Amino acid sequence: MKRVAVVRFPGSNCDFDTLHSARRAGTEAYFVWHRDTDLQGADAVFLPGGFSYGDYLRSGAIARFSPVMAEVQRFAQAGGPVLGICNGFQILCEAGMLPGALMRNSRLSFVSRPVLLRVEQTDTAFTNRYGKGALLRMPVAHGDGRFTADERTLKELEATGRVVVRYFDLDGTPLSETVNGSLNDIAGICNAEGNVVGLMPHPDRAADPAIGNTDGLGFFTSVLSWAGVVK
Amino acid sequence: MTQAHPFPGERPVTPEVVKEHNLNDLEYQRIEAMLERKPTLTELGIFSALWSEHCSYKHSKPVLKTFPTQGPQVLQGPGENAGVLRLPDGWAVAFKIESHNHPSAVEPYQGAATGVGGILRDVFTMGARPVAVLNSLRFGPLDSARNRYLFAGVVKGVGDYGNCVGVPTLGGEVDFAPGYSGNPLVNAMCVGLLRAEDLTLAAAHGVGNILLAMGASTGRDGIHGASFASEDLSEKSEARRPQVQVGDPFTEKLLLEATLELIEQRLVVAIQDMGAAGLTSSSAEMAARGGVGVELETDKVPTREPGMTPYEIMLSESQERMLIVAEPHRIPEIQAVCRKWELDATPVGRVTDDGMYRIRHHGVTVAEIPGQRLIEDVPIYTPVAKESDEAARRRIAEPPGRPPRADLQSALALLLDQPSIASKRWVFEQYDSTVQGATLIPPGGDAGVLRVANTGFGLAVTVDCNSRLVSLDPYEGGKATVAEAARNIACTGALPLGITDCLNFGNPDRPEVFFQFTEACRGIGDACRAFNTPVTGGNVSLYNESPTGAIDPTPTVGMVGLLEQLDHKVGSHFQAPGDRIVLLGGASSGRLGGSAYWTYVRDFVGGEQPTVNLEAEAALQQFLVAAARRRLLRSAHDCATGGLAVALAEAAMGGPYATQTFGAKVILPGETASDEALLYGEDHARVVTSVHPELEEALLQLAASMGVPARTAGTVGVPGGEIVIVTPGGRYVWAIDRLREIYHQAIPRRMSHVDEDRAAVA
Repeated sequence: MKRVAVVRFPGSNCDFDTLHSARRAGTEAYFVWHRDTDLQGADAVFLPGGFSYGDYLRSGAIARFSPVMAEVQRFAQAGGPVLGICNGFQILCEAGMLPGALMRNSRLSFVSRPVLLRVEQTDTAFTNRYGKGALLRMPVAHGDGRFTADERTLKELEATGRVVVRYFDLDGTPLSETVNGSLNDIAGICNAEGNVVGLMPHPDRAADPAIGNTDGLGFFTSVLSWAGVVK
Repeated sequence: MTQAHPFPGERPVTPEVVKEHNLNDLEYQRIEAMLERKPTLTELGIFSALWSEHCSYKHSKPVLKTFPTQGPQVLQGPGENAGVLRLPDGWAVAFKIESHNHPSAVEPYQGAATGVGGILRDVFTMGARPVAVLNSLRFGPLDSARNRYLFAGVVKGVGDYGNCVGVPTLGGEVDFAPGYSGNPLVNAMCVGLLRAEDLTLAAAHGVGNILLAMGASTGRDGIHGASFASEDLSEKSEARRPQVQVGDPFTEKLLLEATLELIEQRLVVAIQDMGAAGLTSSSAEMAARGGVGVELETDKVPTREPGMTPYEIMLSESQERMLIVAEPHRIPEIQAVCRKWELDATPVGRVTDDGMYRIRHHGVTVAEIPGQRLIEDVPIYTPVAKESDEAARRRIAEPPGRPPRADLQSALALLLDQPSIASKRWVFEQYDSTVQGATLIPPGGDAGVLRVANTGFGLAVTVDCNSRLVSLDPYEGGKATVAEAARNIACTGALPLGITDCLNFGNPDRPEVFFQFTEACRGIGDACRAFNTPVTGGNVSLYNESPTGAIDPTPTVGMVGLLEQLDHKVGSHFQAPGDRIVLLGGASSGRLGGSAYWTYVRDFVGGEQPTVNLEAEAALQQFLVAAARRRLLRSAHDCATGGLAVALAEAAMGGPYATQTFGAKVILPGETASDEALLYGEDHARVVTSVHPELEEALLQLAASMGVPARTAGTVGVPGGEIVIVTPGGRYVWAIDRLREIYHQAIPRRMSHVDEDRAAVA
């Protein structure tokens, strides 16, 4: 069985949701405290959502300096799958593990609502169980979710197929401004190797038959079949 | 005689100083008689806080005693930090509502944020993990920039705090009326889950046990907040802005995790939030509950700045602090848990056997008060209660003869455009409603519903108050408020279990205000008895007055219900064309008093309102639960503010993110009331349901067997269709998509210039 480490920062608040979703997908999931430096033989690492350290400076800005993050970086560089959800995505960007930045939503207020995601790239550690173009319903809940990158980076992300998921409205039309104003409606991206993925929406809140939505479960089952080699 | 020394440099206690502390002559005489000497300033501050209305309930206690508080489901009734009700399988639910009105009136963002923080602590201090927050907000009309500024600031404050701690907001209500212009209301409710055996009470026990302060250090913020909350708002209140506390939700989250870990590991004897009146109330209340004395050493309390006096330390309302009582040998383990969560836990006192409430600072006793009497000797008042002549006249008045703002047809659009009735999506979109991954029905339905992890059942939660009905007839309004909450719970298929209340009123020394208070409480008590939903606690907020007068009486009721199986859940909105629309409830009474229609279309607040038949309400609730168990219902939506026309439109336009609306046609034969009353009357005990045609007969039979009036009145129409209501005298037609647009744009279009509003107010 694959071992999944869910990193807990002080201020993580989707830690349990992520742990339970990973277990429901059939992995052996466990918590790793942010001060630890041992990932305990993880086959995959999840950075859950929340407000690490309160995010008073800038979302994810302090968490990237947590002792565990050096270990997560080494793990990713060796090809280990790392998924950042919401605050986890912000931390991955702050740590330089993914390009771009997540800025204040264009409407300046927190946005909590369901959206549709269109799967654009299935050759990643976390989306290989989906079909290309699949539409997934799941919630967003963030204040800093507007994906921004310089023009060259954005072009490169698009040209190399590193946009993993894009926002769509519930009726299937593009969303543009209504969620957070992300460039090109980008909701999630990956690194060049496809083993590091970050996204703002919450597959961890859409992976449970008891609440009537399992659209997000694929993010957790995909690690089971990811053929990327851990060096 | 007790002994205490003034702290060096403190002001002598003069009549002026006593008055500043909101203590009247009778109260001051009691203090001198109790101490057999003049109090020190520190003692005076302690009395002022604990004998404020907020902490002592000195005007409300005799009335609160009339509430039903017993029932087989009650695990903990009033008097603790939160009430607790039993759930199946050894689970229990802790819940409580509290006001943060005065701080929010002068500093909306922090006032609202710290209101959420306080109510979260009240729940997790019982050993319960918070799983939902709700809020009830009241503002003046949105045509004023200041009201828009307060509304925007409060919503942002509520959201930023709850979102960061990671507790979903599952529901709430927002109302706008002129009476709240000078004095907005911010009531926050928290619901938490615990194993019944983990219930932790806040009673100090064990002579020699140690008191520890955990969490944030103590600053000069919020000094005398409890006293501030117990006086009228005035122009001077603006100067109180520095007294409003500042919230730190990140520390709150750490405090939550540390507290639950301490309780789970059985490391503490008792624990309580340092909320209103801070260290004073937490220590004095825990001592009184345990029947012991305590001795605090204020110089040991970690402070944010040097030179704080014992007076300031005792009365600070700095946020995110808890007071622990623990056996001495547990301290290292407690501190280890706190270190993990990057918090401090510092010994600041001990439990004593002499019953004294004693404060020492660097070895000098600055306060020494008999502990039990400090809590119990507060004078209890029974003010005169008398309805004002104006209110009595208003109740029998008729609307003025001038033409209405809209005809019967266009009145529906006008009502749906009222911020009080319109979609609150602008509000709840700023609150995380799905964190914890347990949300079954998010905000925008009749009640919020969540799943209880690892069980087959769920909880329904709601908060309600129809203050217009309470202001016209406080007794009927009190009944109506509980009835609406229970209907909202039952519409989701859940069984109402119990309530918590937040009683927001004006100055109780005014006979008409105290009349409203006693009568509304009588109505709440009667309804709770009829529904078997005991009162488990709550909060009294009096003195909600500003230079423009008292607020509308607003006894907010928070209710929880049990959804026995998750698949019993029923939504509010129509599901499919061709489904039968079954109306529950009897024929129209023809009354429109207190209705939204008279208020907004006829510009008249008054008249005779429909009475609440408690037996009919109870039967209706039981029927809704029984029908949900048999899976007979496709949807059920409470028919309340705005009457049948609004309820039908809401059910047809779908939820806040629906991609499809439905038409609907309803025919009302044999009614004798006016079309005004048929469309917009607000008779109680009514629900709009939809049912699959094959189940229609079973539903009607069940209703008949349970004595609930029910009739098939029409059919759900095609997507994007028309709403049609046919009365004996007329036929009314609306395009549903247009109604939905009006309903969803009402608040956003008024709130599109928040930055300008802030600038205008600054």
